[in-house]
Order: sequence, then C-alpha cells, then structure tokens
Amino acid sequence: MTTSLLVLAAIMAVVVWWLLRPTLNVKPWVEQRPIKNVDAEGTLPLPPVKVGLGVFLAVATSLFALLISAYHMRMMAADWTHLALPRVLWLNTGVLILSGVAMQWTRAAAQREQIDSVRIGLIAAGVFTVSFLAGQLWAWQQLNAAGYFVKTDPATAFFYLLTALHGLHLLGGMYVWGRTTARVLRGVEVGKVRLSVELCTVYWHYLLLVWLVLFAVLLHTHS
Amino acid sequence: MSSVAFDESPHVPPAEVPEVELYHPKTFIGRYIWSQDAKVIAVQYAITAISVGVVALVLSGLMRLQLGFPHTFSFITPANYLQFVTMHGMIMVIYLLTALFLGGFGNYLIPLMVGARDMVFPYVNMVSYWVYLFAVLLLMASFFVPGGPTGAGWTLYPPQAILGGTPGANWGIILMLVSLAFFIIGFTMGGLNYVVTVLQARTRGMTMMRLPLTVWGILMATILALLAFPALFVSAIMMILDQALGTSFFMPALVSKGQHLAYNGGSPILFQHLFWFFGHPEVYIVALPAFGIVSDLISVNARRNIFGYRMMVWAILAIGGLSFMVWAHHMYVSGMNPYFGFFFATTTLVIAIPTALKVYNWVLTLWRGDIHLTVPMLFAIGFVFTFINGGLTGLFLGNVPVDIPLSGTMFVVAHFHMVMAVSPILVVFGAIYHWYPKVTGRMLNDTLGKFHFWVTFLGTYAIYYPMHYLGFLGVPRRYFAMGNTVFIPPSAQSLNVAITIAALIVGAIQVVFLYNLIWSYFKGKPSGPNPWRATTLEWQTPHTPPKHGNFGPTLPVVYRWAYDYSVPGAAEDFIPQDQPPGRKAPGLEEAPDASELGPQKPGALVT
Amino acid sequence: MVLAIVLVLLVVGSIVFHFMSPWYFTPIASNWGTIDDTVTITFWVTGIVFVAVNLFMAYCVMRYRHGKASRAHYEPENKKLEGALVLLTTVGIAAMLTPGLFAWAKFIAVPKDAAVVEVVARQWYFNYRFPGEDGVLGTVDARYVSDENPFGVNPDDPKGQDDILVSSPQLHLPVGKPVKVELRSIDVLHDFTVPQFRSKMNMVPGLVTYFWLTPTRIGTFDAFCEQLCGIAHFAMRGKVIVEDERAFQAWLRSYPTFAQSRAQAPGDAAAGKPLYAVCTACHGLQAEGNPALHAPKLSGQGDWYLRRQLKNFKNGARGKDVKDVFGQMMAPLAATLVDDAAIANVVAYIKTLADIPSPATVNGNAKNGQYPYVTCAACHGANGRGVQAMNAPRLKDMSDWYLVTQLKDFKNGIRGAHPADMYGPQMAAMAAILVDDRETNDVVAYIDTLR
Ligand code: HEA
Ligand code: HEA
Ligand code: HEC
Ligand code: CUA
Ligand SMILES: [Cu+2]
Repeated sequence: MTTSLLVLAAIMAVVVWWLLRPTLNVKPWVEQRPIKNVDAEGTLPLPPVKVGLGVFLAVATSLFALLISAYHMRMMAADWTHLALPRVLWLNTGVLILSGVAMQWTRAAAQREQIDSVRIGLIAAGVFTVSFLAGQLWAWQQLNAAGYFVKTDPATAFFYLLTALHGLHLLGGMYVWGRTTARVLRGVEVGKVRLSVELCTVYWHYLLLVWLVLFAVLLHTHS
Repeated sequence: MSSVAFDESPHVPPAEVPEVELYHPKTFIGRYIWSQDAKVIAVQYAITAISVGVVALVLSGLMRLQLGFPHTFSFITPANYLQFVTMHGMIMVIYLLTALFLGGFGNYLIPLMVGARDMVFPYVNMVSYWVYLFAVLLLMASFFVPGGPTGAGWTLYPPQAILGGTPGANWGIILMLVSLAFFIIGFTMGGLNYVVTVLQARTRGMTMMRLPLTVWGILMATILALLAFPALFVSAIMMILDQALGTSFFMPALVSKGQHLAYNGGSPILFQHLFWFFGHPEVYIVALPAFGIVSDLISVNARRNIFGYRMMVWAILAIGGLSFMVWAHHMYVSGMNPYFGFFFATTTLVIAIPTALKVYNWVLTLWRGDIHLTVPMLFAIGFVFTFINGGLTGLFLGNVPVDIPLSGTMFVVAHFHMVMAVSPILVVFGAIYHWYPKVTGRMLNDTLGKFHFWVTFLGTYAIYYPMHYLGFLGVPRRYFAMGNTVFIPPSAQSLNVAITIAALIVGAIQVVFLYNLIWSYFKGKPSGPNPWRATTLEWQTPHTPPKHGNFGPTLPVVYRWAYDYSVPGAAEDFIPQDQPPGRKAPGLEEAPDASELGPQKPGALVT
Repeated sequence: MVLAIVLVLLVVGSIVFHFMSPWYFTPIASNWGTIDDTVTITFWVTGIVFVAVNLFMAYCVMRYRHGKASRAHYEPENKKLEGALVLLTTVGIAAMLTPGLFAWAKFIAVPKDAAVVEVVARQWYFNYRFPGEDGVLGTVDARYVSDENPFGVNPDDPKGQDDILVSSPQLHLPVGKPVKVELRSIDVLHDFTVPQFRSKMNMVPGLVTYFWLTPTRIGTFDAFCEQLCGIAHFAMRGKVIVEDERAFQAWLRSYPTFAQSRAQAPGDAAAGKPLYAVCTACHGLQAEGNPALHAPKLSGQGDWYLRRQLKNFKNGARGKDVKDVFGQMMAPLAATLVDDAAIANVVAYIKTLADIPSPATVNGNAKNGQYPYVTCAACHGANGRGVQAMNAPRLKDMSDWYLVTQLKDFKNGIRGAHPADMYGPQMAAMAAILVDDRETNDVVAYIDTLR
C-alpha cells in the first residue's frame, strides 16, 4: 500500500495545493468590482477537455498505483513464483515508444497546419498501437503455451490483469484516435482536429509512461 | 490587505462555447429522457437514487422486524437476513447517497452556483446517468437470479463472499461486482464534469473563494471519489477473477465444508486494505457534500454569513487530504500488523480537529444570527445535533484500544447510522425542501414538512442512540438472532423491540414526504424566484425553474462572496452575489455599468 | 422555542439514559481494565463536548430566533476564537489518544511467560489446541486438513504429536495466568470474542493472529464470532470456562493428544455385533428404525455422529430433560456401553448394516419446505447426506418422523441446551428459524424428496 499511498499523497498534495493557493490571503467578504473582461480566477488557461483529460489521468494513476501496490503485497506470499517474462515484451515496448513518437510528430504537424503529415502521423501511430496490442496478445499466447495459466500462477494472473487493463486504456484511446483519423480522412481542416490530436498525444505519452513503469515493476520482480 | 486577484487571461469561460448553446432539444424525449441538460440529468439521478433508496428502506424494515421479533417471520431465513443487510448497506451508501449527493445535487447545483450554462461535457454527463441506471438495474437483477443477491455484507470480504456458505456466492456476488464496476465507470464520467466545471466554467468574478460551500463540499467529495473508487474497481475485478477463473488474488489455501479448494497463497487482508482505501474516503464522500449544503442552509436561514468561511474551506481540504490516511481504522481487529494501530489511531483522531472546526463554525453562525426556523433550517440543526453525536462515537472507535471491545458490535452500527444514515439524510431532506422551489417553482407544504422533520429527527435518534448500548453490552452486528447467552439480559430484547417500532414508524412516515413531493408539484404555493432571499446565483436566474442554459442571454457577473447577509448599512438583509457594489459602498468609487464590462457573449437560448 | 427545548431535553435524556439504563459493558473478567479506563476517559471528554456544544446551540436557537427588530450580527470570522477552539479540541483529542496509545502498546506486547492456546475456527464452530509437554504447538497447514485430521496438524512434525486437541467449542482456561490466544481459521474469516475479556481478533485463513489476556474471574463466558462468515455466523458460538488450575489440568487431561487421536482403534464390528443385540429390540435388526417404538433408523448415519450421540446420552448431555420422553428411554441403554471402545465397536457394527431408505411418513408441503432448507443445506449438504466437516448428520432417507421430533426438541430447548452438549446448541439456534410446526413439517417433507 505504500506505493499507492505515496502516489495518492502526491496527487492529493497537488490538488490541495492547487486549491489552497488562491485561497490563502484572500478575504472573500471584501467587496471587489471585477476588472474589465476578467475571467474567473484560478481557471487554467486551457480548454476544458484538456483539464478533463488531466483529471482522468489522475484517476488512471490512482488505478495503476493501486494495482502495483496490490502486486507488491501479493508478492510477499509464500507461493509467489517469479514469472518468466516473454521476450516479445521488449519488442512491444519499442513499438509503443514508436507510437508515442508518431503521435508527437503528428502533434507538431498539426501545430504547423500540415494536414498531410497529420494524416500520415495518425495512421502510423495507429498502426504502431495496434501492433503493440497484438504483441501483448502474443505475449499472452506465449505464456499460455509455456504452461503459465491465469488460474495456477499468481504472477501470471497479475501479468494478465495489468496488461489487460493497460490495453483497455489504449483501446479507449483508439476510439478517440479512430474518430479523429476518420475526420482527417474525410478531409476536415487541421484546426478542427488539432485539439483531438493534442489530447491523443498526451494520452499516448501517459500510457507509454504507465507501461514503462509496469514493465519496470515486472522486470524488477521477474526471475 | 490583499484582495481577490484577477488575472487578465483572454480565456473565455467554456460555458459560453457555442457547442453547448446550440443544443436545443426538439422533442419530449430529447428534453426529458435523452437530455444533456444537467438539471434534467440531476432530476433523473435523484429519482433513480430515491427509488432504490426506498428499496433499501424496505429492506431495513425487514431487518428490524427480524431483530425485534426473531423467529416470527418464516420468510426471513438467516440467508435472507444477510442478503437484506448487504443490499441495504450497499444501496444506501453507494447507489443512494453517493449518487444523490454528487449525481443529483452536484448536477443541479454546480452549474447554477458557479454561473455556468451547463456542465462542460454535457454528452458525457448524460452517458454517466445511463451507465448509473444500468448499474442500478444490474443490482436489482440480482434479486431475481438463482441464489439471490449476495449476502457477504456490504464490505464483501473474501473468502466468504465467493464461497458456498454465503448466500448468492455464485450469481449474486458477480452481479454486485459488475454493477459496482459500472457504477464507478459512470461516476467517473460524471465526476470529470463536476471537477472541470467548477475549475473552468465559473463565471466572471466567481473566484474559488467566492464559491458557496455547497460547491466546495461537492467538489472535494468528487475529487475523493475519483481517486478512491479505483481501489474498489481494482478489487472488484480481482474478486471477479477469483470467483470466475479461480485465480488466487485474495484466496488463500483453504478447506471449505471439508473440500480442499484449488486456491493458494492469496491474501484476504489485501482485499480489506483495498476496500477500506476506498471505503473510508467513501464515508467522507457522503459527508462532505452534506457539510457544504448544511453550511449554506444555516447561513441563509440565520441571515448571517457563514462564520469563518476560510477556515471552512481549509477544513474541507484538510479532511479530504487526511481521509486517505486513516483507512486501516476499520481493520484494527482484522489481524493486520498491530503496529499500524499507532499510526492510524493518531491520524484518525487528528481528522476530528478540522471536523470539529466545522461544527463550531456552524454553531457560531447561529450565534448572534437572526434565526428563521424554516423547515430546511430545522433539518440543518437536526443535522448538527446528530452529527456531533455520531462523530463523537467515531472517536471511541478511532482510539484503537477502545475499538477492540466495540468493533463488530451494534455500537459500530449505531455510530455509522448516526453519522451517515441520519445526519446526511437529514441534510438531503433539508436540501430538498430548500431547492424544490427552484426545481419546480412551487414550495413544499410547510406543515407536512415540519411533521416530517419532527418524526424523522426524533425517531431516528430514538433508533440509534440506544443502539450504542446494545453494542456496549456485546450484541454483535450481522446477527440473525441473538439466541441464548449467559450475560445479555432479556431486557435487551425489549430494547430491540422499541428500536424496531421506532424504525417502522420513521420508515412509514416517509410516505408523507413522498406525498408532499408529488402534491406540491401540482398544488404547492408558487414560490417566486427567491423564496429564501438567498444570495447565491441559482436564486438569481431569470426563470424559475431555470430554462436550459440557466441564465438567459447573458451570464451573471459576480461581485461578492456568497454570504453577504445582514451587511451593515445595506437596505436588505441579503445582497445577491451578482448585485454590483452600491455607489455608496465604502471604499468603492462607483459601480460599473454592465456595458463597461466588455463584450459579453450573447448566448441567447431559444428553447 | 420548541426546538431549543427539544435539544435540551435530548441532551438531558441522553445523559440520563447513559447513567440509568441497565445496558452497559458487562463486568470485566480480564486484565484489560486499562481499556475500560480509556473508555471512561473518552466518555468524559466526548460527553463534555456533547453537552457543551449542544447546549450552546440550543441557547443560540432560543436567544437569536427571528423576532421583530432583530438583525444578525455581521462578522466574517474571528481568528482568535477559532484558534482557541482548535487548540482546545487538540487538547481534548490528546487527552483521549495518549492513554489509548499506551493501552494499545500493552495490548500488543505479549508477556514472555504467557501460556499458549490456539483457537481453530471453521464454519461454524471453534475448536482448541494446546501445546503438549514440549510447550510448542506443532506446525499446521490447510493441506493436512481432513475428517481424520480436522486441525490440519502436520503429521510429520514431532512437535505436534503431543499437542492436545480439544474438539469441542468449550474452552477452559486457568484463572490468573496470562495466556496468548493464537487464532487460526481453516476456511473463511472468523473472529473470537469474549465480551467480558474486552479483547478480540479476527481469524484469517493462511495467517496466525493473536491477542493476549489474563483471565481474572472464575466463571462461564460466551464466545462469539464477530466477523461475518456466512449463513450460520450468528450460530457460531463457543464457551470459555475460567477455573482454578487444578480443575483446568483435569479438564485438559481428558482430551487426547494428536498422536492418540490418530492411534484410536477403529471399532471392531465383530465385537460390536453382540452389543447391538440389545438395540435390535427397538431399532430393529437392520437398524431400520421403528416408528411404533419411537426408535429412529440408525443404519447409514455417519459413524462419527452416532458415536457422539451415544456419548451424549451416556454423559447426560442428551436424554436428561424430563420432557425428552424417548431420550430418557435411550439414556440408560447407552450407559450399558461401558467405554469408548464399546461405543466404537457397536457403531462399527451398525455401519455394516444395509442402508434401506425410510419411507416418507410426514405430511407437509415439500415445495414450501424448499425455501428454509437453503439454510439447512449450508451444513447438512444440498442433498442432505450430512457433512462430517460441519458436524452435521445425515437427514435424507432417515426416519422423517424422528427428524420432526428432534427439530421440535431443539426448538423447545429439550435437546441441545445441556452445557455438555457440544454441537447441539448450534442446531438449536437453527431449529429456531422454523417458526411453527407447519414449517417444520414442510422442511422435513422437502428432505423426503431429496435425492
Ligand atoms: C458519513 C459517514 C461517516 C463519517 C463522517 C464518519 C466519521 C468518523 N468515523 Fe466512522 N464509520 C462510518 C461512517 C462515517 N464515519 C461507517 C459507514 C462505518 C462502518 C463501516 C462498516 O464496518 O460497515 C464507520 C466505522 C468507523 C470505524 C471502524 C469501527 C470498526 O469497524 O471497528 C471507526 C474507527 O476508527 C470510525 C471512526 C470515525 C471517526 C473518528 C470519524 C470522525 O470523522 C468524526 C469527527 C467528528 C466529530 C469528532 C464530531 C464533531 C467534533 C466536535 C463537536 C468537537 C470534538 C472535540 C473534542 C473531542 C475535544 N468509523
Ligand atoms: C446511508 C446509509 C444508510 C441508511 C439511510 C440506513 C438506514 C437504516 N438502517 Fe442501515 N445500514 C447501512 C447504511 C444505512 N442504513 C450500512 C452501510 C449497513 C451495514 C451493512 C453491513 O453490515 O454489511 C447498515 C446496517 C443496518 C443494520 C445492521 C444489521 C446487522 O448488522 O445485523 C440495521 C439494523 O437495525 C440497520 C437499520 C436501518 C434502519 C432502521 C434505517 C432507516 O430506516 C432509518 C430511518 C431513516 C430514514 C427513514 C431515512 C431514510 C431515507 C431514505 C432511505 C431515502 C429514501 C427517500 C425517500 C423516502 C423519499 N441498518
Ligand atoms: C450451522 C450448521 C447447521 C445448520 C445450518 C443446520 N443444522 Fe441440523 N444439525 C447440525 C448439527 C451440528 C447437528 C448435530 C447436533 C448434535 O450433535 O446433537 C444437527 C442435527 C440435526 C438434526 C438431528 C438429527 C438426528 O439424527 O439426531 C436434525 C433433524 C437437523 N439437524 C435438521 C436440520 C434442519 C431441518 C435445518 C434447517 C432448518 C438444519 N438442521 C440446519 C448443524 C446444522
Ligand atoms: Cu465465524 Cu462469524
Ligand atoms: Cu472510516
């Protein structure tokens, strides 16, 4: 539980600090006329979807942190046997990094208003992501073939659970990716998809980070 | 002296982005069923939550019948009893209170109170409700599957939750877990809305420190829920795998009814950590919105600013932060490492300090006020009284050696009913009396309301105060029947009978409330826009009930905090938040004209 | 006005209730007076806060209620006042927490000289294990658990051979001696609580948990399971009898060691045959039972159950009650079996007899009986064949009219109420769920339909 406690403490600290920051020296009962055309104080200069994504990432962080805590606690049991990690995971990691790179590139292209590059970048990122997911399935396959079943071996069970949840998050991202790509293919102007591309990029980087952490945890504990 | 700082970023509050405004429902279905209007979604949430709440209320009646008159009703078997307890607890905490406070009040009040046209993601908000409804239907379906709903207790502890000796260990538990998972998904969708709306969609001049405490309470509760629900989500998935695929996340090697099962090495304590990591914040998830709402009810009806607003905000933040550090106070006797006791006892008692501050400030708001004992105010004062009682018994349980004899007894049941089933429920009622006029344009009947208050307040106190003493005596919770013991005097059973009678009366009287809700909808006294003479924005809407888009062509501009009651020198005893400063107000030269405020988005809403 | 008065009345009423009501902690019977003291301190601190804050609130409601010319006082905050209140609260909290933490430190520090007893929990009863001569408990594992080795003691561990196994929910403890109670579960979470001891802890399968205490008062105490563990959670009871050292030692010696329990000779059917001759008069040649003589069918019943009942009849745990007309007939006959070996032999013989299902004789609505049987199935099995691990005998194909009388006897306290009856009380709690004779007949009629 220490892991999640630390992670959540960090998130909560940010939240509390963020909320406390504008409140400390304010005497709200002192009447004040708003200055011309002001915006509500404390609002982030970001479109709401971005803030929404940020909040969602905090939720996902809590989820994965708790899983990692559970993994560590379960490891302490006597029957724990270390998992032989399939080699293909290295390859998958590489592929996922590529998809992140492709996303980043797409984002840059979107900023520069190059719709063709955006199209190529999105498709490349999608292809890499699908390859990653296929690679993960392949890793499952290998484990299964090697006689590690969900049922018998706790380390394998965790492996399936962690990769499945991570994969599901990616699939969720693929939904947004799909809608964006479809719009790009239909030929909308760059400005209409720039935000979606940015969101996808942030999300992909986040999931890459999560995967790297998960992979590190698995590597750290494998035989 | 520093004052509210405004930065001049050009960002336009998103409630004014065109997409939202272009949304005009055309049909009845579009307006009331597939609605993306937060106010309609709020009502949908509230009706659904109250409906399942009534199911849970009936279950509590059945439980009380069994405890008061054991061995009289052949349709209540030990298996049923556990199913009733479990479904009652789970429905009340999650599907009623969490959904009602956040999905119901949150949806209705956040946009109105921060001065937004709607939630920032109306579509996601709508989906959130439908996912919630689906979760509720799944849960209700478990009453009709073979074996019935799960009887594992609302804490769903494995191993018993998924083994044969517990009712509903096959279908019931799976439906429960899947339903919870959907609830969490649906809630996360809604929660994103609540947080982002408060952060990003506040109208001009609505600084964080000008937010009414209701919004603060709901905001913090939502943040807690967003971060805590994943723990329940993870444990639900892991338990489903244990049950359905035979993994051993939580299941150690064990022999059930003489059969060796194929589990090995799992840790039941791990589940408890995960569950309470969610479960403790959960109790504040239902408490914080109540704290916020009651602050506003008290302030309005005492015609006095809430005392120590800043401390109230900080207390909410402190409670939120601390509530992630106390979870193991539910596990003092679980067999976890006993040294944790020192840490968790300390954090648990420390959390009482910010809570105490809130209590003091409620009472200090009454002090030197001008108290109007309206129905919402009665409920609010009832809340303060029962919350003090229930919170103080929490201190018994938090102090680890005191918890040892009391844990697992009716004392715990009495504690959490007083603090969760009575006090926030009183707030729910008070809040409904308070905002019903805004939702419907009519007042609830006052006489029926007072009657409802007195029976509910006195009745619930009569149920739960004596129940603590059954706990001292040693009567365990989740017991179908006490049976023969050496030391529990027969008089304890007469106490149980009295409690049952009180519970049945209180339960039955809720019909009066339901009747009032329906009758007043058609026949209630028209309320006008601001019957309580309150300052917050929801009372300043051009229409009552507010139309889609809430505020007519222009969004209100906020000039002051939410608590300008009885300001010296002011003509009225309240000054709405959007009332420009008076020309003569000291320290301010002159009030700006609306036209001076720069271009306002028209955002006209033709519905 | 009314509200203020009611608030005051509630405060006063709560205090009066606290001091006047007959319901409070049971008199303590262990060394944990410190816990009671902490409770008392907590009561004082919280009580003062309760009274002070609520009376102040009542005063405010009274004094500042809306009148003609009243106007509220405008005062956004008062840092001094708030600071003082926070400080005061902190002091109050510290006053409760400090003694609490000290008491807890004592609670978790087991004295070196504490004797050890292990409580083994399973659905839905407690058993106990004492270390033998060597003072050390043998190792255990769920893998070893079987009907022959219900405690799951490691048969290869020499330290376990002399462990004393108490296969009874009743535990005896010597007064005045510190004892470390080690807790273990074989199936699900359970808990071991004796309210008068003020101490409790959960049992967790796969772990050994503990608490310690020194019993200070001679007497008989109820033990409860206070962690939800399934349908019969409420019937999971034990008894703790605190007595002087001599009586305790005598009691302990009456139980076998692990090695002895394994070495017990299985009954000898040939030797049992002549003993059974007496029984034929009532129970019949094939032990098929005879309704006219109120003698139930015995063949096909679990031998462990028959042995236990014969011992119960012999030592007066059954068949003593004046209202138990037929049990009283059985008791002297059981007494003719001189020792455990004789009992084992006669039971072994009964085991060889043909198991002819008894005809259905009870009039009841089997369909209605199915509903309550869900509970019974938790112990007796869905098929009613009986489950030794749960101590629950076979019901199916046994004399159904006898089941009816037994259920009524259990319900009416004629059977299962004797202090020496080990597992009867549990069934008595269960029989009580059948609210009337009709439901009893229905459930037995349902048992008749089981296959
Ligand atoms: C709304 C819900 C809610 C709230 C707000 C609380 C508030 C508190 N709860 Fe409670 N609790 C529950 C809901 C809630 N609880 C539930 C549902 C369970 C049982 C779950 C289950 O097992 O099924 C539970 C169980 C529970 C336990 C576990 C018991 C056990 O199982 O053995 C503990 C133990 O520490 C505890 C402690 C506390 C404490 C210290 C507070 C504190 O936050 C209270 C703080 C408030 C006050 C203290 C009152 C105001 C203060 C003053 C007026 C001034 C005080 C001044 C001085 C003392 C000097 N609670
Ligand atoms: C918010 C939560 C909540 C609420 C409102 C209640 C309300 C009630 N509860 Fe509940 N209860 C729990 C949460 C709640 N309970 C939990 C978590 C458990 C533990 C489960 C477990 O152990 O697993 C539990 C367990 C529990 C037990 C313990 C059973 C046992 O351990 O053996 C008992 C016994 O008396 C009981 C009784 C009652 C009664 C009589 C009421 C009420 O009837 C009291 C009177 C209150 C009202 C009348 C107001 C209720 C209003 C609504 C429900 C809204 C409906 C709306 C309208 C009518 C418009 N409850
Ligand atoms: C908690 C476990 C449990 C449950 C549940 C249970 N029983 Fe029993 N039952 C027992 C035990 C243990 C005994 C043996 C008692 C003894 O040793 O004297 C028993 C004995 C009996 C007997 C006496 C049999 C005989 O041959 O003497 C009958 C009849 C019986 N049970 C019927 C039922 C019925 C009907 C139900 C459901 C209402 C039920 N039981 C539920 C545990 C249980
Ligand atoms: Cu064992 Cu409850
Ligand atoms: Cu808690």
